[in-house]
Amino acid sequence: MPPPLIRAKNMVYITRIEHFNAAHKLYNPEWSKEKNEEVFGKCANENWHGHNFELFVTIKGNPSADTGFVFDAKKLSTIIKENVIDILDHKNMNVEVEFMQGKICSIENLIIGIWNVLCPALPQGVVLHALKLYETPKIYVEYFGEEN
Amino acid sequence: MEKEDKKKVAVYRKESFNAAHRLYNPTWSNEENDAIFGKCNNPNYHGHNYDLIVKLVGEVQAETGFVMDMKVLSDLIQKEIIERFDHRNLNEDCAEFKNTNPTAENIAIVIYNILQPHIPATIDMQVRLYETPRNFVDYPA
Repeated sequence: MPPPLIRAKNMVYITRIEHFNAAHKLYNPEWSKEKNEEVFGKCANENWHGHNFELFVTIKGNPSADTGFVFDAKKLSTIIKENVIDILDHKNMNVEVEFMQGKICSIENLIIGIWNVLCPALPQGVVLHALKLYETPKIYVEYFGEEN
Repeated sequence: MEKEDKKKVAVYRKESFNAAHRLYNPTWSNEENDAIFGKCNNPNYHGHNYDLIVKLVGEVQAETGFVMDMKVLSDLIQKEIIERFDHRNLNEDCAEFKNTNPTAENIAIVIYNILQPHIPATIDMQVRLYETPRNFVDYPA
């Protein structure tokens, strides 16, 4: 029997942090090199640059009466590693990452791409609530799977 | 007596740059490079946010109270290091690594050698370079 204050309907958010290192460039192939440099500045360097990315994955649910878990954080880590980190870590995302092909490799587009591969990989009943992605310690994006 | 009054203090300036690189020894086969450098050898490159901490140890100047003016140090790092390496491909864009594998160790040595002539001879410098929040090197050791 759970202690009386732990009720079945308590919504808890649990976050797993993972990281990957990758190269990219910001480049719109429909524009000239000059226009790309004008808009994206040094991020358009055609020889690439790179970052240490930090990914925060937040799921939500009611802690199980049997385990006390919303979902086993170790299992969540394995799912993130197999579906996201192994695809992106030590890679060039413009060249090698399938879900970024045909897209400008900004962190905005990257976080949407990560959501779209991670969401279907989670077991039924595990609700993805939010992603937060740091490109540098000073720049990050958040995505909640929303359209407007 | 006078010597005892001269206190040595360590001062630090932190800067950062983002760059692409790969670890590769051109005298080895691709198989050897893969065996030693693993995914760091990816021919399409990968990248990091590098954090650079420059440590200066010297006596506090009586006139200024400074070991070295931190604005001068910051401008020096910006001009000599950040403008050279930020948003670059270390292997492709930077002459310093034409014949040198851009490991954290070698990048730290290169940075030290670039900055050292600009630092007064009375000040000892050490460079700490973070390749990731978990991997970092010091030079000189």
